[in-house]
Amino acid sequence: MDFRLNEEQQMLQDTVARLVRGEYSFEKRLEFSETDLGFSADFWQQLSELGLTAVPFSEELGGFGGGGVEVQSLMAELGRGLCLEPYMQSVILGGGLIDQAGNDNQKENWLAGIASGELKAAVGLQEPQSFYDLNNVETRAEKKGEGYVLNGRKAVVIGGHCADLIVVSARTSGDTRDTDGISLFALSPDTAGVERRTYPTIDGAKGCDITLNNVQVGADALLGEEGNAADVIEYQAGRAIAALCAEAVGVMEMANELTLDYLKQRKQFGVPIGKFQVLQHRMVDMMSELEQARSMAILSASVADSEQSDERRRVLAAAKNVIGRAGQFISESGIQSHGGIGMTWEYNFAHYAKRLIAINHQLGDDDFHLERYASLLQAS
Amino acid sequence: MNMNYTAEELAFRDEVRAFLDEKLPADIAAKVKGFRRLSKEDHQRWQKILSEQGWYATHWPEEYGGVKWTPVQKHIWDEESCRYGVPRSIPFGVNMVAPVIIKFGNEEQKQKYLPRILSGEDWWCQGYSEPGAGSDLASLKTRAVRDGDHYIVNGQKTWTTLGQHANMIFCLVRTNTEVKNQEGISFLLIDMDTPGITVRPIITLDGEHEVNEVFFEDVKVPVENLVGEEDKGWTYAKYLLTYERTGLAGIGMSKAALSHLKQLASRRLKNGKPLIEDPTFSQRIARVEIDLTAAGISNLRIIASVEGGGVPGAESSMLKVKGTEIRQAINDLARRAIGPYALPFVEEELDLNYEGEFLSDENAAPLSAQYFNNRKLSIFGGSNEIQKNIVSKMILGL
Ligand SMILES: Cc1cc2nc3c(=O)[nH]c(=O)nc-3n(C[C@H](O)[C@H](O)[C@H](O)COP(=O)(O)OP(=O)(O)OC[C@H]3O[C@@H](n4cnc5c(N)ncnc54)[C@H](O)[C@@H]3O)c2cc1C
Ligand SMILES: Cc1cc2nc3c(=O)[nH]c(=O)nc-3n(C[C@H](O)[C@H](O)[C@H](O)COP(=O)(O)OP(=O)(O)OC[C@H]3O[C@@H](n4cnc5c(N)ncnc54)[C@H](O)[C@@H]3O)c2cc1C
Repeated sequence: MDFRLNEEQQMLQDTVARLVRGEYSFEKRLEFSETDLGFSADFWQQLSELGLTAVPFSEELGGFGGGGVEVQSLMAELGRGLCLEPYMQSVILGGGLIDQAGNDNQKENWLAGIASGELKAAVGLQEPQSFYDLNNVETRAEKKGEGYVLNGRKAVVIGGHCADLIVVSARTSGDTRDTDGISLFALSPDTAGVERRTYPTIDGAKGCDITLNNVQVGADALLGEEGNAADVIEYQAGRAIAALCAEAVGVMEMANELTLDYLKQRKQFGVPIGKFQVLQHRMVDMMSELEQARSMAILSASVADSEQSDERRRVLAAAKNVIGRAGQFISESGIQSHGGIGMTWEYNFAHYAKRLIAINHQLGDDDFHLERYASLLQAS
Repeated sequence: MNMNYTAEELAFRDEVRAFLDEKLPADIAAKVKGFRRLSKEDHQRWQKILSEQGWYATHWPEEYGGVKWTPVQKHIWDEESCRYGVPRSIPFGVNMVAPVIIKFGNEEQKQKYLPRILSGEDWWCQGYSEPGAGSDLASLKTRAVRDGDHYIVNGQKTWTTLGQHANMIFCLVRTNTEVKNQEGISFLLIDMDTPGITVRPIITLDGEHEVNEVFFEDVKVPVENLVGEEDKGWTYAKYLLTYERTGLAGIGMSKAALSHLKQLASRRLKNGKPLIEDPTFSQRIARVEIDLTAAGISNLRIIASVEGGGVPGAESSMLKVKGTEIRQAINDLARRAIGPYALPFVEEELDLNYEGEFLSDENAAPLSAQYFNNRKLSIFGGSNEIQKNIVSKMILGL
């Protein structure tokens, strides 16, 4: 048993860490967040130049052939910097869906671009009524001639506002909550009938809701088999969950470091507040929640790219559940231990706290994954 | 044991309801119920209506224009006004500085300030906390040095709630550095227009401008603005804090927030059914409702004992902790209820006059921001840790 990164993985992590430290000061992040893009085009460019947008892709695509552990190392560092770039959306999820479901032509058209960072993908799997259930799809894709006509709405597509390619789920048959009959389509946001309502998010990023109004696409927009996308979606959402868990661990590490520093610096009643036992014990709890989360992030990375199974499903549900709970605990405890200063925009802690809560609302919160885990519970 | 209202109390409740039905402006109630931003003008408009009714100053003796309500009547007012969507009264003037002036101030101060609080002419803010003096309030450093008929004030206050609207600030200042911390503090009333005062906004994590820093640079304050005796301010401050803490349990507000949450959960869908019918979510709501029921009865027990002549002591600290935890739990659920829509922060929908299409639920926009903003409930008015210290010392003798 060995939990250490190998030399290459360590190098990868160090590279990302250096880049983030150099380019992503807290002040700069606030500036990036306020631009229309909502992140740094320059930083994205650097991720691309260093080959980091290619990490999970095969070597033929100029990739690194990286798996769960490589993605984990990278995401944790992006988490530490609270980086706003849509890496998970474009590279992991968008790239993953095309890689798994796409035909040779589609891969050739899009994957190389995603891997090089030139093409940014966003993914619309949720809908206003779907809560977190990705099989809950009302958007319809009707066959018309060789292609399809899409109608419906996709909800909270992070990074959708600036994407060059949007992958959406739509129903080619069946009822709203059927597993069968879901298909995937990749389309340009410039296609007639695609309307985006862009907004900032509470954690400083940007996203949009996408309305599809009689959107006509060709047969070449269909990703994978018609009506059979549920498994692909579930599998790739699982990879994205593992990536989010890794990011969350980076965010939690920073949140805990900041809180611990503050407990040592801040004095009240003539002593550092870290001398008060209630704060000491809370800090210990924050640390042990982080360790629980770290363990689950490691476990989820280990199954992220393995074959689908109930065991993989259980691990990913468990991981996201732990991350959700630990994240909320660290977020709330950290603010409380800081006192008033933890509530301010100008001090970085609150932004870590907000990202942790936001992560719990992406790809299913702790309740959602608890139910999912319970439904997969083994009798013995 | 009788847990029912008397006939008179029921009649009073009807009177309150009739008043609110008739006088509470619909736009203000809609803002409060939808967690929208209230403007200074909204507060002032409502305050005027309350003042005209004679119901603004519920903590004052009648001779100064207060209304003589029993603790149970105050409780009824609290419950009904929260249910109707009455704005939280800005407490700094009417419920904080006024009781101190009434108890410790001189006649001129009462004549000068109390009518202006009633009429809404003055907007007060509270200048207690400093960067170095939060929980350890007595370590405050803002200095006031006597110079003839004036004090010269130098220093900094922080976290000053709604100080941007205020024309008056009551401050704890250090007038004596030779004695124990608590014994060298005085209670000063300061006009915010005095030269040398600068107010700088602090933006909170939800993007709101609700608190401020207030800087004092050689600010000349007339000696007649000292309340009570020099160096005795700590006693007055503590007297005020007991007033501050009784309202902080926020039972009425939690009830209103819970009802809002249930309506929201009836509209949102999970697995094709209303969220409120979902086993996991309904149990979460049930648990917080049960806790709130218990805290509501604890609150009534404190009220009844005060009515019987008791003094609310450290029990109100205990209730502050429970009450704020409950409200934060309700805010947590409201944010959870909108699922992925907790992420978008659609600021334009916070405006009551917004006429566009709502991104998801008409009340979704403020929910995440409110969840974050209300983390303050367990920090201000004495943090929950400090409240527990008080309980363990005062009640448990630890
Ligand atoms: C089932 C059992 C088996 C045991 N087996 C053995 C054995 O084989 N060999 C052996 O030597 N001993 C054994 N012990 C003794 C055990 O190690 C002691 O019970 C333990 O160290 C606590 O001491 P105490 O019971 O005197 O409690 P105390 O030390 O009096 O503690 C009482 C409470 O105060 C808390 N407390 C104490 N100090 C602090 C502090 N500084 N800060 C915060 N909280 C504090 C404790 O956490 C506890 O909650 C056993 C005990 C039990 C219950
Ligand atoms: C939104 C908001 C509005 C406010 N409005 C006002 C206002 O209008 N006027 C005003 O004067 N003040 C106001 N305050 C200030 C508020 O009263 C202080 O924030 C509060 O007293 C805590 O002080 P602090 O922020 O300096 O935290 P600190 O005192 O530094 O506390 C940091 C942490 O240490 C803990 N701690 C401190 N001492 C102990 C101890 N002895 N034992 C255990 N734990 C301890 C605290 O509980 C907290 O968790 C406001 C604060 C906020 C957040």
